[in-house]
Amino acid sequence: MKEETLNLKTLETQSFRQFDLKKKRRTGESIIQTLLFLAGILSIFVTIAIVYELGKEAMLFFNDPDVTLGKFFGTTKWQPGIGQYGIWALVSATLVTSFIAILISLPLGLASAIYLSEYASFKARSILKPILEILAGIPTVVYGYFALLFITPILKSIIGEQLQVYNMLSAGIVMGIMILPLISSMSEDALSAVPRSLREAAYAMGATKVETSLQVVLPAALSGIGAALIIGISRAVGETMIVAVAAGSGPNFSFNPLDAAETMTGHIARISGGDLSYNSIDYTSLFAIALMLFLLTLVLNLISQWIVNRFRERYE
Amino acid sequence: MENKYAIESNNLSIHYGSYTAVKNVSVKIQPQKITAIIGPSGCGKSTLLRALNRMNDFVPGCHVTGELFLQGQNLYGNQIDPVEVRRKIGMVFQKPNPFPKSIYENIAWGARINGFKGKMDELVEQSLRSAALWDEVKDKLQESAYALSGGQQQRLCIARTIAIQPEIILMDEPASALDPISTLRIEELMQELKKNYTIIIVTHNMQQAARASDFTAMMMIDDNRAGGVIEFDETKKIFTRPSDKRTEDYVTGRFG
Repeated sequence: MKEETLNLKTLETQSFRQFDLKKKRRTGESIIQTLLFLAGILSIFVTIAIVYELGKEAMLFFNDPDVTLGKFFGTTKWQPGIGQYGIWALVSATLVTSFIAILISLPLGLASAIYLSEYASFKARSILKPILEILAGIPTVVYGYFALLFITPILKSIIGEQLQVYNMLSAGIVMGIMILPLISSMSEDALSAVPRSLREAAYAMGATKVETSLQVVLPAALSGIGAALIIGISRAVGETMIVAVAAGSGPNFSFNPLDAAETMTGHIARISGGDLSYNSIDYTSLFAIALMLFLLTLVLNLISQWIVNRFRERYE
Repeated sequence: MENKYAIESNNLSIHYGSYTAVKNVSVKIQPQKITAIIGPSGCGKSTLLRALNRMNDFVPGCHVTGELFLQGQNLYGNQIDPVEVRRKIGMVFQKPNPFPKSIYENIAWGARINGFKGKMDELVEQSLRSAALWDEVKDKLQESAYALSGGQQQRLCIARTIAIQPEIILMDEPASALDPISTLRIEELMQELKKNYTIIIVTHNMQQAARASDFTAMMMIDDNRAGGVIEFDETKKIFTRPSDKRTEDYVTGRFG
């Protein structure tokens, strides 16, 4: 044994091994690098193209001598065909339905995420998670009629006649149910990503399960939960079919959830579905709405990002 | 049962499903002393340590047989609330794991959930002083605990454990992720803490066990891969004239 190692050593020192450190061409490497780069660029390019197209057509709308920013932001009636350009008539419905949706989906989604990540046994989780994910696979038009034909009658029996047949409340609630699996599953990912060592630290201090989940794990997962909230908001603001079916058709400046009103997306869907002459004010106005929608989503995202950054707790 | 010992186990065995990880441990731990648990990797040192404050409850499939007495109460008895057990037996982990909160809040949180009603500022200061950390952090109590160095984080973890006034402090290789100077400070701190607390420490570091502990439990696995305490005695004796040949081989570095 001893002799053998000695021999090996002498062998190594005797033969002087040759090697080459010059740069080598690695074709496969650069092809993949280029493909990855193109994939990255593509999404940026698509975003820029959309904003450009929106902006170009929206400019036509704002260049119309009859349209002023004062009217656009300062009035509350929307009917471009007869010179009413108050965007708030549509923004209000978008805000109300989205707010209701988040009000429903955030607490429920968080609660179910905490249950799945902290409490559920392995078996319970493996049954519940797929069921929750089925919710995410239901087409939104089905949700729309679910709101109109199922939720609205129930609400009517509770609230009474003030509730209109088409109303923002019902659409908002169902939109919340639609977003629920998204918020829940993203939040659960964030909670599960919190290191086990933090939970152990809490338990070792004599913390109960509730104290550990709510006061240690939840704050540590807040940035991921914030991301879930942001995507949830974007989804709610952009949702079209549910509100088109159940919230009402016709712009109505109202913050009363019992009223019928048309959201920005619902309005775009309805108007563009009819016969619309190219370059008419009705046509270009749709792009102005879309641009507004884009900005609204952006602003809401920035606000939630700011809130999350304020309260989150960083672990490393 | 008299309370001569801080904690006392009687045929304590720890099983994962049908596999027995630690078998028939019967030790009597002296109060206000430092007891080291040593042994080769995988012999169940940490498993045993975690069984002492029921941290193994969180491991699926883990169950414990035998008895473990703290002040005459069997910690694995039916009437025992594990949350209360952990309030009396604190734990410091291998890797520093401060909460992602401020330095102040790291200590205050545990005290608060344990129903502390006194002056929080005083408790925080006193705990940090006991952990020999006060002078380094007194001007940045509101900063994140993650701004501290590894050694400071570990002392913060000790401070927050002290703040809930446990009877026993368990330490699972508390210095293995730290540099030698930080390690020394933790060891000095342990000598200070044993005036008030019983300390049980798992360590891989033979010199650490030799210089820092009063008693040593030597663990080893048997042919069925179940760990057990093969020798438990004063540290001096374990390191100079152990009665078990395997202990001798291990502490002199011939094995493991």
